[in-house]
Amino acid sequence: MGQIKYHLPPEEILSPGHFACPGCGGTLTMRYVLKALGRKTVVVIPACCWSVIDGPVPYSAAGVPVFHTAFETAASTASGIKAGLEMQGDYETTVVAVAGDGGTFDIGFQALSGAAERNEDFIYVCYDNEAYMNTGIQRSSATPYGAWTTTTPTDSPKAEKKKDIIQILAAHHIPYLATASVAYPDDMIAKIQKAKVIRGMRFIHVFSPCPPGWKFEPEDSIKISRMAIESRVFPLLEVYDGTDYRLTHEPTGGPVRDYLKMQGRFRHLKEADIEVIQKNVDEEWEGLKGKLAYSMKVHKSNNSVRSQDKDVSLAKAQSRKGIKRNVR
Amino acid sequence: MGMNDTNDLHKRNGLMHPSVDKVLVIEGTHAASYAVKLAKVQVIAAYPITPQTGVVEKLSEIVSHRDLNAKFIKVESEHSAMACCIGASISGARAFTATSSQGLALMHELLHWAAGSRLPIVMVNVNRAMAPPWSIYVDHNDSLSQRDTGWIQFYAESNQEVLDTVLQAYKIAEIVSLPIMINLDAFVLSHTSEPVAIPKQDIVDEFLPGREALFRVNPDEPRAFGALIGPEAYMEMRYKLFQAMEDAREVIRKVDSEYSEKFGRSYGGLVEEYCTEDAEIVLMTSATAVSTARIAVDELRSLGFPVGLMKVRAFRPFPVEEIRDLARRVHKIGVMDRNISFGATGMIYQETKAVLYNAPVRPKLFGFIAGLGGRDITPETIKDIYSYLLNHDAPESETVWIGLKSSQESRSDRGDSSSEAFGQNENL
Repeated sequence: MGQIKYHLPPEEILSPGHFACPGCGGTLTMRYVLKALGRKTVVVIPACCWSVIDGPVPYSAAGVPVFHTAFETAASTASGIKAGLEMQGDYETTVVAVAGDGGTFDIGFQALSGAAERNEDFIYVCYDNEAYMNTGIQRSSATPYGAWTTTTPTDSPKAEKKKDIIQILAAHHIPYLATASVAYPDDMIAKIQKAKVIRGMRFIHVFSPCPPGWKFEPEDSIKISRMAIESRVFPLLEVYDGTDYRLTHEPTGGPVRDYLKMQGRFRHLKEADIEVIQKNVDEEWEGLKGKLAYSMKVHKSNNSVRSQDKDVSLAKAQSRKGIKRNVR
Repeated sequence: MGMNDTNDLHKRNGLMHPSVDKVLVIEGTHAASYAVKLAKVQVIAAYPITPQTGVVEKLSEIVSHRDLNAKFIKVESEHSAMACCIGASISGARAFTATSSQGLALMHELLHWAAGSRLPIVMVNVNRAMAPPWSIYVDHNDSLSQRDTGWIQFYAESNQEVLDTVLQAYKIAEIVSLPIMINLDAFVLSHTSEPVAIPKQDIVDEFLPGREALFRVNPDEPRAFGALIGPEAYMEMRYKLFQAMEDAREVIRKVDSEYSEKFGRSYGGLVEEYCTEDAEIVLMTSATAVSTARIAVDELRSLGFPVGLMKVRAFRPFPVEEIRDLARRVHKIGVMDRNISFGATGMIYQETKAVLYNAPVRPKLFGFIAGLGGRDITPETIKDIYSYLLNHDAPESETVWIGLKSSQESRSDRGDSSSEAFGQNENL
């Protein structure tokens, strides 16, 4: 089997002495986020696994300043930090909120929506492990249809589909949205680096497998991530300005069954349930294809202009003072 | 009013002091906004709620006219307003928000977060009764319900005091690393115009230089703030917060006297006494009811009654020494609370009782509830209370409700009006 070569920034900012479980997608997410953003970064962490992973007082694994904040305030606290830094003349430091799905899809959603509508100038990274894992695997609105959690036991697994956070945020017209996966680190790093130079609200939704929560072996985290992406459960894409959809990786389109079978949280599913999930994935994929085709049609003429303008815009972005603009 | 009378009044209120730039006739909310401008606040985050809106409207104007170089984050809730202030403050900036009632209640969790993070945020709260039923009028249950969050709390008597206390508050907060809430009565101050001396900016700058944060999120010095802590250290951190609040007493007194030197206006620190030198009966109360009580005291004094007044300006830290000192000098203390702790009593009364339990001298203590949900507190209300104090050796119950309609507790329903009461007690 051939080795895959990744082109990751060499510096390890995250220390190895963190408190994560083996195979944690959220921890790889932080590792790549910090690699992509560098040390001139402030991280805001609401209640989530990372409240623990970073380490107890007086330790901190992150290697950059971390402000632990209340569960539902990642986006609002980050807004305040960014405003405060700029008022003191610091336009360089990147402010990034790193939050779980509960803090993003559920309890922190209002603050996130508010910050997105105001187009606040920070990056929001959601490491989505599809349930409240830090409290012991309870369902969130990011939990997929059919999944077991401790609050959706196998005789009544989750009956609702996962909330479509990307479409919701696209409807906020923020300059940059992307999905990413720890199984595709080059793609993920590129997106975060792109996000770093765009002004305004940027949102990165990272698919983050959780071995104890999803019931699989830690060494399978990357494999499961890859299967989710290739089976179109979690397509890798970008959305510019809430309208311009781009696919960054063409999935091979394997059956969802293989992905589901890898995980204990779906073990109770019957063949009919799997068919429902496959149908849902196919429908959502068709919906996405429609958006991609529409984007191609509407935004194609703009693409060349965008790339030509890129350097000028970047220079503007770097010299700007407090102007929130989308630059790419 | 003649010109000389006006001058006298202005002199008394510190409006003629050399530090005064100009005198504006403004509402209490705007007095807060002008103070924020003078304090050179860098980040404002706020959400509108009646009757606080004047604060944010005037600030929006001030910021958009570039009279103040600040970022004004117009958030989607009070919860986010406080989170933004927490973020701004941990970045090292000077932060401000304003709210009222339900908005303050929504912030509750983050009030703990701000104090626990030891951030010198200053907030103006316009005291408004809690719903349901909906009320937009004054009482103090909103802020007093937040008494255990680790915030210093001031209650203002006038629009001038609102402005002066906001300026004092930033100084105090940044010395003791605790957040401060300045409370003003809904409508009675928030929507009532009074002459307010706006001090000169250069003198304010001398009194209150820019913030130098003791700690902040700084990529050159990466630290984690607010991380998990075990039972081996949590208690010590709480003790430090407790100690900071204890230390705040002296800081509040010192800052008030420094303010007085620079600006010619003093509020006595944690409390202010009025006509207490030879008083036998003293009423304690807070906020605008103090002004009303001053009138009642003047009137009763002119009739020869030995009454006095203590204004509770700071509720946190609670004025322990000041109250114990008062207790040594008087026969009876009444406390008029514009709030009620259900299942207990008025909160200032409660705390006063607690303070006196271990005091060497314990005068008779009376608790009164008045003015909830904007019910007027008039000089007659206050005189009813003094009358009760004059006519009773001890309170008939733990809480005496004043002006209550159709209740056995009601003083007014028993025809015990102040004129009759004082008529019966002319010799007192």
